Amino acid sequence: MRVVACVKQIPDPSTPYKLEEGTGWLLRPNDQVLDDTDRYGVEMGLQIAQANGGTLTLVSMGPTGSAQGIRQALAMGADKAVIVDDATLRGADALTTARVLAAAIGKEGFDLVITGTESTDGYAGVVPQMLAELLGVPSLTYATSVEASSDQVKIHRQTVTGYDVVTSGLPAVLSVTAGVVEPRYPTFKGIMDAKKKPLETLTLADLGIEAGPAQEVTGVNPAPEREAGRKIEDDGSAHLAIIELLEQKKVI
Amino acid sequence: MKSIYIDEDLEAIRQAVAEFVEKEIVPNVDQWERTGEVPRSLLEQMGSLGFFGLRVPEEHGGVGLGHIASVVFAGELGRSTSGGTAITVLVHTDLAMPYLTRFGSEEQKARWLPGMMTGELISAIGVTEPDAGSDVAAIRTTARRDGEGWRLNGTKMFITNGGIADLVFIAARTDPDAKASRGMTIFAVEKGTEGFTATRALEKMGWHASNTAELVLDDVWVPDSNVIGEVNQGFYYVMANFQNERIALMAAAIGECQEAIDRTVAYVKERRAFGAPLWEKQAIRQRLAMRQAEVDAARQLVYHTAWLLDQGEDAVREVSECKALVGELSNRVLYDCVQFHGGMGYMRETPVERMYRDVRINSIGGGATEVMLDEIAKRL
Ligand SMILES: Cc1cc2nc3c(=O)[nH]c(=O)nc-3n(C[C@H](O)[C@H](O)[C@H](O)COP(=O)(O)OP(=O)(O)OC[C@H]3O[C@@H](n4cnc5c(N)ncnc54)[C@H](O)[C@@H]3O)c2cc1C
Ligand SMILES: Cc1cc2nc3c(=O)[nH]c(=O)nc-3n(C[C@H](O)[C@H](O)[C@H](O)COP(=O)(O)OP(=O)(O)OC[C@H]3O[C@@H](n4cnc5c(N)ncnc54)[C@H](O)[C@@H]3O)c2cc1C
Repeated sequence: MRVVACVKQIPDPSTPYKLEEGTGWLLRPNDQVLDDTDRYGVEMGLQIAQANGGTLTLVSMGPTGSAQGIRQALAMGADKAVIVDDATLRGADALTTARVLAAAIGKEGFDLVITGTESTDGYAGVVPQMLAELLGVPSLTYATSVEASSDQVKIHRQTVTGYDVVTSGLPAVLSVTAGVVEPRYPTFKGIMDAKKKPLETLTLADLGIEAGPAQEVTGVNPAPEREAGRKIEDDGSAHLAIIELLEQKKVI
Repeated sequence: MKSIYIDEDLEAIRQAVAEFVEKEIVPNVDQWERTGEVPRSLLEQMGSLGFFGLRVPEEHGGVGLGHIASVVFAGELGRSTSGGTAITVLVHTDLAMPYLTRFGSEEQKARWLPGMMTGELISAIGVTEPDAGSDVAAIRTTARRDGEGWRLNGTKMFITNGGIADLVFIAARTDPDAKASRGMTIFAVEKGTEGFTATRALEKMGWHASNTAELVLDDVWVPDSNVIGEVNQGFYYVMANFQNERIALMAAAIGECQEAIDRTVAYVKERRAFGAPLWEKQAIRQRLAMRQAEVDAARQLVYHTAWLLDQGEDAVREVSECKALVGELSNRVLYDCVQFHGGMGYMRETPVERMYRDVRINSIGGGATEVMLDEIAKRL
């Protein structure tokens, strides 16, 4: 069984993000980290591949840099990684990203593609659905629990009120929510082995496609400052004022 | 901070340990400090991730990295805010296990290493005695030849992990007539051996999550197969292992310093007095800046020393410099960090209060500053 997990390298979220003057694009440092969201996809992929005697391939698009983030995912146990890195992809939007990932995944071959639901730096939350459409396979999204065999996948799909049970044959695209499984820590051996695993870098020419940013950032505005809260001085009746406020907000 | 000594592999290991410390250790240390012990389950979890095989050669199932890897590993444990937790682990990995990996026989490695790597078997090292600490040659524990083995008598003092260890490496005099340097031997003594007991956990100023015990050896018999390395060579083994032990301890101390400085900077940037954050006070931010400069310099000395050891160099002078310098520096750093936390710095709920108590041992244990300075002086 060929399982593919999409993983994105992102600037370390604990450091402040910087945008490029003019284009408004996110500046990506050489040392990017594995998006935490994707650890769930990798863990899910490892569990499914291990249970069904398969392999797990990582597919990523973006500047390779030191590939530190990809190695983090390889250290968890994935078998190999494919990175599409092409200068013309700078500023890629979600659809471009999905087209590139679809081409790389199609070339690799797959039975099940696993993604996160929303990346930490871009958080468009649409790449998985686009990927499924472009690959011409069903999409199962927002999975909070997953059962997969070599020819079928069944999930609990999170909804506003609870969950739907969704079943599909393979191949398919699956997006998993944070917490669907507990991502493992890499072992020291896993870390040392990661650099010996195949890490293939592809350009758009290698994939035989043309792509580039299809959207333009027309403006970037700082988020408005949070307004100061309202202070209620307690003259013995503060609790009444608080109750009234909570009622207005329909909390109670 | 980037360093020429830290390559991609070490950086990846550092990140993995940092994440583990943040998620599995930091949220629990308050409790372990109260119970006086790190749970066995944590040690086994670390074992399952290969943490205890960092220095173990690949042919024995480890990843076979060098002193510099111990420094990276210890540094992140030092950031846990619990010196007691860090030392529980480091005594096993960097103070005790090396006796087996460096000087043990293949048969002994096959017997004990697998358990030591999974964390099922926790180890300790017993050199110090009530009447001999800095002066290792003065130890009085004896081992007499008895059949196909040895009979041990004596008392070991201040032994970290003493009460929880499954295997303790004990230094004893095997030739009472020879100079200590030619008459000392290391024995592996297993928990439960008749006559071998640990007293109650000793109550300490800091390192509360660490078990420290007095060990009594009352006519304890161990077979020849428990002799580590060669008979009468123990003093050299102790001296050799001191080098690794001291840089691992000081690497952890650097981690403590950095964590304390980071926490203090964050605190004084938030805390307001006289109409502005304390950070606006030049006296405060400049003192912290100087401490940071000292810590950065000391960290590179520790890295450099580990690198020298990995090149097979004799680095006793540099190791002693690390021990003397960082042992004292960590006390100055934590003094300032408590100071700038004000009253909160004196409260049990504030991590720097614990760290202040924890760092006091850094200039005493594993070679007191004065002893280290004389080691440097001998080489000037
Ligand atoms: C305002 C703005 C500015 C941008 N600036 C830049 C920029 O400067 N540089 C740049 O490279 N991109 C830039 N992008 C693109 C953006 O960061 C994403 O790469 C792209 O939009 C994909 O969307 P997402 O990350 O929000 O994906 P989502 O749909 O939120 O991602 C869902 C899941 O899809 C998978 N996935 C998404 N992207 C990738 C990927 N690249 N590789 C592997 N798996 C992936 C992951 O599993 C992820 O969890 C920008 C986007 C916007 C809206
Ligand atoms: C919490 C804790 C855990 C420990 N864990 C272990 C362990 O696991 N295994 C183990 O074997 N030991 C352990 N020790 C022992 C530790 O290594 C010794 O305490 C240390 O080496 C100092 O020895 P001492 O206590 O006998 O001090 P002493 O040798 O009595 O020295 C007292 C002081 O005198 C000064 N001094 C000593 N020699 C000189 C000199 N030559 N010139 C000038 N001044 C000098 C120093 O300031 C020193 O601190 C531990 C100790 C503590 C407190």
